[in-house]
Amino acid sequence: MTMNNTEVHTLSDEEQGLIDQFLIDNQLFYGPDPDIMRNHGLAPRSDAEESILSSDLDLQKVNMVRGRLTAALDETHTMVEQMGVAPGAKWGDLVTAIFTANGDMAQTGTFGIVVFASVCQYPVKFIKKYWVDEDTVGVRDGDAFIHNDSRYGNIHNTDQSLMMPVFWEGQLVCWVSSTIHEGENGAIEPGGMPSIAETKYDEGLKMSPFKIVENFKLRRDIVTFLQNSVRDPKLQLADMKVKLHSILRLRERVLAVIEEFGVDYLQGTLRKSLEDTETEVRRRIEEMPNGISRVNTFIDGDLREDVLAKMPMEIRVKDSRMIWNLKGTSPEFTNRSINVVMGSLKTCLLTSLILYVWPDLPKNQAVFSAVEVEMDENSLVNASDEAPNAMSLLPIFRCFSMPPMTMGKLNYCMPNRYTAINANTYSQPATLVYGGLTQHGEVTGNFCADINGNGTGGRENKDGEHSLSPVFGYMADTGEMELAEEELPYIRLVAQKLAKDRVGFGKFRGGMGYEQIATVKNSTEFGFMTGQCGSKHPSAYGLFGGYACPAYPMARIKNINIFETFKNNPEQFDFDMITLMNERKITDGDYYVQDAGMNFELCNEGEIYMICQGSGGGYGDVLDRDPKLVAKDLEEELISPDLAEDIYKVICDPNKFIVDEAATEQARKAERKARIQRGIPYDEFVAQWVTPEPAEDLPYMGSWGDDHSTLIVSPPGEKRYSIPAGSAGVMFSNPKDRRIAELEAELAALKNIT
Amino acid sequence: MKANITEYLRVNLDTEQWECRSCNNELAPARGNYKRGLLVYDRDPREIHKPLVDPKLYDYTFSPDPAYTALLEYYCPHCGTMIETEYTVPGHPPVHDIELDIDDLKKKVHAWGDIPDTPEIPDTPIERHVHNH
Repeated sequence: MTMNNTEVHTLSDEEQGLIDQFLIDNQLFYGPDPDIMRNHGLAPRSDAEESILSSDLDLQKVNMVRGRLTAALDETHTMVEQMGVAPGAKWGDLVTAIFTANGDMAQTGTFGIVVFASVCQYPVKFIKKYWVDEDTVGVRDGDAFIHNDSRYGNIHNTDQSLMMPVFWEGQLVCWVSSTIHEGENGAIEPGGMPSIAETKYDEGLKMSPFKIVENFKLRRDIVTFLQNSVRDPKLQLADMKVKLHSILRLRERVLAVIEEFGVDYLQGTLRKSLEDTETEVRRRIEEMPNGISRVNTFIDGDLREDVLAKMPMEIRVKDSRMIWNLKGTSPEFTNRSINVVMGSLKTCLLTSLILYVWPDLPKNQAVFSAVEVEMDENSLVNASDEAPNAMSLLPIFRCFSMPPMTMGKLNYCMPNRYTAINANTYSQPATLVYGGLTQHGEVTGNFCADINGNGTGGRENKDGEHSLSPVFGYMADTGEMELAEEELPYIRLVAQKLAKDRVGFGKFRGGMGYEQIATVKNSTEFGFMTGQCGSKHPSAYGLFGGYACPAYPMARIKNINIFETFKNNPEQFDFDMITLMNERKITDGDYYVQDAGMNFELCNEGEIYMICQGSGGGYGDVLDRDPKLVAKDLEEELISPDLAEDIYKVICDPNKFIVDEAATEQARKAERKARIQRGIPYDEFVAQWVTPEPAEDLPYMGSWGDDHSTLIVSPPGEKRYSIPAGSAGVMFSNPKDRRIAELEAELAALKNIT
Repeated sequence: MKANITEYLRVNLDTEQWECRSCNNELAPARGNYKRGLLVYDRDPREIHKPLVDPKLYDYTFSPDPAYTALLEYYCPHCGTMIETEYTVPGHPPVHDIELDIDDLKKKVHAWGDIPDTPEIPDTPIERHVHNH
């Protein structure tokens, strides 16, 4: 063949084969594998599975095997929870799971965090694909592999997994795993979730899946390397042991199942569970009405600066197909920490289905395998491998709260629903991340259990629950503060006090969050970080006329010693964040209220830090709330009397909590009339209100309106521009450089004046 | 044949109209956007989410920032029920949040038969983590 006067030699099949084999044998770097990371479907049946499922399995036995495995998973979950050292382990931020030989996540226990298990399918598949036949590694009985890097499949690098193959008569028949939110990982900030990470190299440990256990024992040389790489070597060692012993127990139970029922029943049950689940999900999709539902959400900060990043979701249902489309999302922030790996994000979407839409389904990977997903490349939800993602929780928490809203709008009409339609659960990781030197002289870093106290959204038949659980798992709980105070130098002066007036109003209100006030004692080097946004734009929206949660800032009082105040002027302290900040009675303090994303800073003894856990969104029109429920809110001091009257239009004796029904009816009637008077017909409103692009000075990122082909990019301090969707990420300047430039400009102006 | 679509909206499949479930009035053609049959009010979000810390002292007050947040309230033009809220960005085109295939819905509703106005919803108690250590 001749091209451009150059003779081109066409390779024979044999030559091409040689080249292909050479490339396989000489791979430069076993990086994250797109074939694994971009596929959330089930692996094809293995020959063994094909043979087993072609025979007549006794369904009674299948059910018994499934029950045994559930019991084993619950047992091992309890082991980790009881023995785990990480704060996350003590509150249920963990899972043990079983995978098919091909690596599909087939079963978790009753209490396990589903997303941790689902995301573990990717490293298991990586190990199977690359290390089984690799001479220098191999996968043998008694081996186990550790992993934390999100680019190989993880929510963020603060979670660590241990994965073990299970062999029977020389054949690999399944995998077992144990995952904990460990916390500290040696990142640029302590605690494992660095908000200031500008590259992935700021994120601390980046463990691709590697072997750390041989002959059922941890390799001490590698353990030492890991301990040497983090701020809490005690934690690193202890929890590797905990995870190892939990998967050894799980392995033991799996082998017992094989001995009793035979290996075909183990493998048949795992595969059948997956296939049956996928079949049921497809049936449920077909049951839904064909149509489209959409929601636009906006993330209002990246933990370094205020930006407004769009994150929309569209669900399209057409017969047996359901497509979840996140196109139009902001481009990735290439030097900020809030990006997400696509494969990881999908497992959060999966979990939202299990938690909020179809909670009766088995907790396995097949819940989502029938769903198709569309995302732009280089976007916040589908970031490149180079982009940091240590605080991926900001977009990820939206992935738990958006699907119930969009699915709810298509499901409401159905005669058979699997749970109540609900407004958003609060979707911020509201907690104090901490680090430094403890009162026992040990260096540490981790985060507080308060992240697990999100208020849930109002539902179609009842109010949301106060500070119930994290948005990612109803199974987890908040921690025992006394345990933490024994080990750490921080003290909570106010713990889990429901935050009055901070509620998503509605016919059924959102469950409320709590506020907490923390300080440090007996350490000269200890500090805090927070990793929330939602201080300018609410995070948890209402549904069907309900209002969202409010915006939540955080507050600090610096340059005080509250312990001196307690001793000398106790009347200056109030167990209430709002009063403290408004009345400023503690003398000589510096008072700050700021956005809820605070980079790590040292807390001197007795300085106080205040954060709020958030409320869920409200459901339904506030004027439809039963006045007696409003009176109950007043009696329970959840809201102030002026809000009862102003928002709910309920006239109520604020001391006796007795509703004046006639006055209430009249007030509500008047408000409905006022609405009709002030409302503008939709078409007229759109014509006068909608603008061709965001306000000039708004740092907006993402599509504008329904056209997702072009994204607006407005980095702070720079001129706005547009890019084709998926084409590139965006780099930000350093906020301190921008501040210096502002101050220099002010200084220059002042010099010119004088 | 009718199908309840939200707490306050239903589709009358015979007339192919969106209807308000509170007052039973027609709102807009069912094959289009229901919002076109509603009134909209651009509510200052600070009126609903009132500042809790003093705005004279602090920039962040627990109220959404109106530069970052628009709160659109959608009302039934006949009875004043607040049918939906939308938190968005000032000037951003409102979302067309529900787009139904009416022909498919007719088939589904016909197959479903009588739909109770308030369907029975499973509310199974779940086991959660307990403080036992």
